[in-house]
Order: sequence, then C-alpha cells, then structure tokens
Amino acid sequence: MTERAVQLEIPAGAEFVALARLVVSAMAAGETQLSDDRVDDLKIAVSEACTNAIEAHDALDTEERVLVECWADESHLEVRIEDRGSGFDVSDLPEHPPVTDPERLKFERGLGIPLIRALVDEVEFSSSGDGTAVRLVMHHDDELDGEE
Amino acid sequence: MDLGLDVSERDGYTVLAVRGEVDVYTAPRFRERLIELVSEGKHRIIVDLEGVDFLDSTGLGVLVGGLKRLRSHDGDLLLVCTQSRILKVFEITGLTKVFSIYDSVDDAVAA
Repeated sequence: MTERAVQLEIPAGAEFVALARLVVSAMAAGETQLSDDRVDDLKIAVSEACTNAIEAHDALDTEERVLVECWADESHLEVRIEDRGSGFDVSDLPEHPPVTDPERLKFERGLGIPLIRALVDEVEFSSSGDGTAVRLVMHHDDELDGEE
Repeated sequence: MDLGLDVSERDGYTVLAVRGEVDVYTAPRFRERLIELVSEGKHRIIVDLEGVDFLDSTGLGVLVGGLKRLRSHDGDLLLVCTQSRILKVFEITGLTKVFSIYDSVDDAVAA
C-alpha cells in the first residue's frame, strides 16, 4: 500500500468538528487495518483536538481555518491538527482532584487531553505563540500484534 | 447533526433520552435541556445514553455539570449506558466512580 493522504481545512466553528471526525474515520476505515474500536478511539481523539483548536481560534476571534491532515501507509495512520491560536503549555495543565473527591465536580472541562493520551498510540503537541499542532498516530493492528 | 432529547416520566424520575452525537456543537443544547429540567423542579433525573452514537469530553462536562447542579438540590443524576465505546470514555476519565451507571432505565429506577 502506498501512502495516501487527505487534507481538510475547516472553518473554526463547532459545527465542523463532526466533518473532521467523518473524514478521518473514513480514511481510517478505508485505508488501514484498524479495528472498528480503534477507529472509534481515533474519532474521539480527533474530536478533542479539533475542539481545542476551534476554542483557541474563538479566543483570538480569528477567521483563520483549522488544518486537518491525515495520511496512512503500511504501518500506521497519522493525523495532524493545526491551529493558529495563541498556544498553551502542555506540561502546565491543571490537575483535577481525584474522582472520589467531591471537589471533582467543580471541573467540567480539562478531560480532552487525558482522553487523547489514553486513546491513541502516540501523541505529540507542538505549541508556540503562533499556534498548536497535535500529531496523533495509530499503528495498524497487525503491527501492534507483531510487537507483542 | 441531529441531537435528540426526549423527556419522559418514570416512577418519580425524569428520563432524558439522548440520541445522536454529543460534541462541542451539540453539547450546549444538551446542557440547556438539563438546566431547564432542574429549573422545573426535576431533581431526580436519569440520562439514557443508549441512543448516543458518539460522546466526547464536552458531553462528559455536561453530565458532570448536571450532577453538580442536581446534588446542590439534594437530587441525583443516574446514567443508563451499555455501549462499550461510550462507557470507555467514562472509564478512562475515572467518571465511572462519580456516576451510577445502569444497564437499563428499569434497573436505574429500581436502584
């Protein structure tokens, strides 16, 4: 299988996150050997990353678009989501209280990045004052089997 | 993208059945409906997620906010969910320890 790629630019509107999920999941289902469960995992990670990107654009009131790139080859599928927001320090995210602590209910946000980390095989955040790029990688299921 | 929010009453509980995809676009409608129900004095709510095709952290945020609001009224919010792909996000985030999750509305009402 040769490398296949899709590029999508979406306006920074909440209604376009579903489109990004649809395109990436179609690519994952058609071009890779990922199981349905792992395609579902990737959809959640893409949704979280696009939501963060759109909120970053909202905060700056910018009309710039969010770039979603997806490509696959024999071994893996990779998605890159790039925004032009003001960036953030991924090492400085607030920690939530333990779930057994009643104070936990004060935190309705902040679960997106932990979900991304748990659901994809590799994730990389590159952030600066000019924007953030999130790289998500899913290895093909047979590649993972080979590692075990 | 459609989000279905159907309300019914069942043995002293208000059942909010959610259908479709819950994400940053649809979550505000879900949040508003929950807030409306609480404002109407419905303080024992079952959110039925069996018809949900997709739920991300914005949906979790709505549920956490709803639970907080109901507990401040001495109420409760129970969930119905058997779909592994939806349960997975609760498990990863530890929220299975925060919410009571049942296999059916019948089971939730009987709890």
